[in-house]
Amino acid sequence: MNDGRQRKTDRPARALGWAGVGLGAAQLAVPNAVRRITGVDDSASAHLLVPLAGVRELCQAAVLLGSRVPGPWVWTRVAGDAADLAVLGLAAARRRGVRRRRAAVATAAVAGIAAVDLATALRRGRRPWDRELTLHAAITVRRPREEVYRFWRDLANLPRFTSRLESVTVIDDRHSRWAVRGPSGRTVEWDAEIVEDRPGEVIAWCSSRGTVVTNSGEVRFADAPGLQGTEVRVRLLYELPYGAAGAALAHPERQVREDLRRFKQIMETGEVLRAEGGPEGVRAMPRLRRRPAQPVTTGGTP
Amino acid sequence: MRANCWMGRNHVEVRDVPDPRILNSRDAIVRITSTAICGSDLHLYDGYIPTMKKGDVLGHEFMGEVVETGPDVTGLRAGDRVVVPFPIACGACDACEHGLYSVCENSNPNAGMAEKVMGYSPAGIFGYSHMLGGFAGGQAEYARVPFADVGPIKIEDDLPDEQVLFLSDIFPTGWMGAEMCDITPGDVIAVWGAGPVGQFAIASAFLMGAERVIAIDRIPYRLDKAERAGAEVLDYERTDVLDALRDMTAGRGPDACIDAVGIEAHHPAPLMYGYDRAKQATRTETDRPFALREAIMACRNGGVVSVVGVYGGFVDKFPMGSLMNRSITLRGAQCHVQRYLRPLLERIRAGDIDPGFVISHRMPLEDAPHGYEIFRQKEDDCLKVVLTP
Repeated sequence: MNDGRQRKTDRPARALGWAGVGLGAAQLAVPNAVRRITGVDDSASAHLLVPLAGVRELCQAAVLLGSRVPGPWVWTRVAGDAADLAVLGLAAARRRGVRRRRAAVATAAVAGIAAVDLATALRRGRRPWDRELTLHAAITVRRPREEVYRFWRDLANLPRFTSRLESVTVIDDRHSRWAVRGPSGRTVEWDAEIVEDRPGEVIAWCSSRGTVVTNSGEVRFADAPGLQGTEVRVRLLYELPYGAAGAALAHPERQVREDLRRFKQIMETGEVLRAEGGPEGVRAMPRLRRRPAQPVTTGGTP
Repeated sequence: MRANCWMGRNHVEVRDVPDPRILNSRDAIVRITSTAICGSDLHLYDGYIPTMKKGDVLGHEFMGEVVETGPDVTGLRAGDRVVVPFPIACGACDACEHGLYSVCENSNPNAGMAEKVMGYSPAGIFGYSHMLGGFAGGQAEYARVPFADVGPIKIEDDLPDEQVLFLSDIFPTGWMGAEMCDITPGDVIAVWGAGPVGQFAIASAFLMGAERVIAIDRIPYRLDKAERAGAEVLDYERTDVLDALRDMTAGRGPDACIDAVGIEAHHPAPLMYGYDRAKQATRTETDRPFALREAIMACRNGGVVSVVGVYGGFVDKFPMGSLMNRSITLRGAQCHVQRYLRPLLERIRAGDIDPGFVISHRMPLEDAPHGYEIFRQKEDDCLKVVLTP
C-alpha cells in the first residue's frame, strides 16, 4: 500500500548499511587509530568498547543490507548512535586539552550521523510504535461469484474458517456480535456493522465505537479470468492494543491467507480438511496447534 | 494398531499407535492388506525431507479393504478392495479438474509451510512430512483416507495384491516419467536410476514405442534387472556416462532423459560427490543433483528431461546454460496418480505388464526396520520390499 514511500526510504537505508560496513571495519581493523582520533587513547575500557562498537556496526549493516525491507532496521542505528553519543559525551567531559577537543569533534560527528539516521528512520511510512495494521490476502475459489458472496454474507459462517474468531452472532441484517479469543486466552467481544453491501461484489464491515480492538474489513468478489471461478480479496484494518510488535509475533498476514485457504476448502469440498491429531472439532483456532502425522489419541476402533 | 513410525534419522520402529478414525465426512478407513517401502521413503529415513516429527507413521504405497466410510463418501463401501494413490486430491479444485491431482489445492492442511519452501503448495501426501499435510501413512494396519470418493480405485477382480499394489505410486510414476518424454518411434530414452521407479520407466518407455532404452546405475543387480527388461545398461562408476551416451547414439544424445534418482544421487568422483555432500550436510544445499545435471548435459538438442525422482528444495551448479542454449525442455512432477489408475489397471489386466516383477522381498510389517535397512544398503539384492500387516 505504501510501496512508493517504502522504496524512497529503502535506498538511504541501504546506503547507511554500506556506511556502517566502513565504520565497523575501521573500528575493527585499526582500533588504535580510532581511539586516537576520538581522543580516548588514554582509556582502558576503550580497548574493548571500540571493537565492540565495530561488531555492532557490522551487525546492523548486515541486517540493513540483507533485509528485503531494510527501512525499520534503521532504528537499530538510531539506538546505537544514542549509546555512542552518551559514551563520547562522557569521555569529552572528563578530558582536557587536545583529547577533549578530539572527543568533542567526534561527538559532533556522531551527532551528525545520528541526525542522518534519525531522518532516514522517520521517513519510513510505518514506525514501530504505529498501532495501525493493514492486512490483505486473496484467493481464487472455483465457485460462482454469487454463491461465494452468499456464503460470506452469512457472517455466522466466518468462524468456520477464521482462526481466532470464536463466534459471530447475527443480530439483524446489518449488525452482528463478534467474539475472538485473544492472545491470553481471554474472550474479547465487540459489535460490528456492515457498512457496505453490494451483492456479488463487496461486503465491508466496521467495529462499533468503543471496541477494544478497533477494526474494519472488506471482502471483494470478482470473476476470475477463464471461468476459473471467483477471485476473493480481503482487506483488514486493525488498531492494535499491543502495537505492531505484537502483530509481528502473530504472523497475522499468513493467518489471513490460511483462513482464506480454509474458506476455499469449504466452498469447493464442503468442509475443512483435517489432518490426524486434530480432534478438537471444526473450530479453526485449535487447528493452528495441530501437530502430528499420527493418529488421534481418542476415538473408536474401525 | 501396529504402525511403522519415523523415530529420527536412520531410525524407524514398529509401534503401537491409536487406530485412525473418520475425521472428515469424505474419509474412509482402510484395513491394509499390502504396503510397500518406496525409494522416496529412504529420503525420509536419511533425514533429508524437512518437517518430519518423531512418531509420524510412514508409508504412501498401500492397498486394502474399506472397513468404514464417512457419511458423504459415494461409490465406496465397507468390504470394497481398493488401491490408494499416494497424493491426496479433492477432485473439486481447478487443479483436480485439469487432472493435476498431485497439486490439488485443497488437500494440504499445512499449505503455509510448503509455500515457504516452494512458493505454492502441492497436494498432501500420506506419511510424507508435515509440510505435505501431516497425514498418517500406510505402513500400518489401518489408514484413514481423505476424499475417499476421489482417489482410491476399486479392484473388483481377483488380481492379487502384488499385481495392483504399485498402482499406488511407482508404476504410474515411472509411466508418467516416460509419458513426459513424448516418445515417438525411433526414440532413444536414457533413464538415470534403475530402482523400482526406473524399472517402471524403462518398461513404460518400451510400451510407448521407444526404440532403445539405456539404464544408468551402479548397482549390478539393478542393472541386470534393467537388462532383462530389454534396456542397454551403463555403470556410471565404470564408464563416463556422457561419452558413452554420445557414442551409443552416434553423436546425437538420447532424445529424452528420465531422472528417476532424485536428491540422494551419487557421483563416482569423490571430490564432486564430496562438494555436494558437504553442502547438503551444512544445509547450504538440500539436494544432490548429480543425476539431474548429467541428464541435462546428456540430452539431445531440443530434447526433454523428465524428472520423477524426488527433489525437496534447492540445487547448486544447475546447468542452465546447457538447458537454455540447447532448447531442452525440463519437466517434472509428483505423479498425478489418479489420472493413470484406470488405464494402467487395464494394462495389467490385459497382461501388458506384471508390476510384481520389481518385488525382491516380502516380509511382515513387524520387520519394516529390517526392510528399510536392506533397501537403503542395497543388501541382499533388495529392489522392492512389500510388507503385510
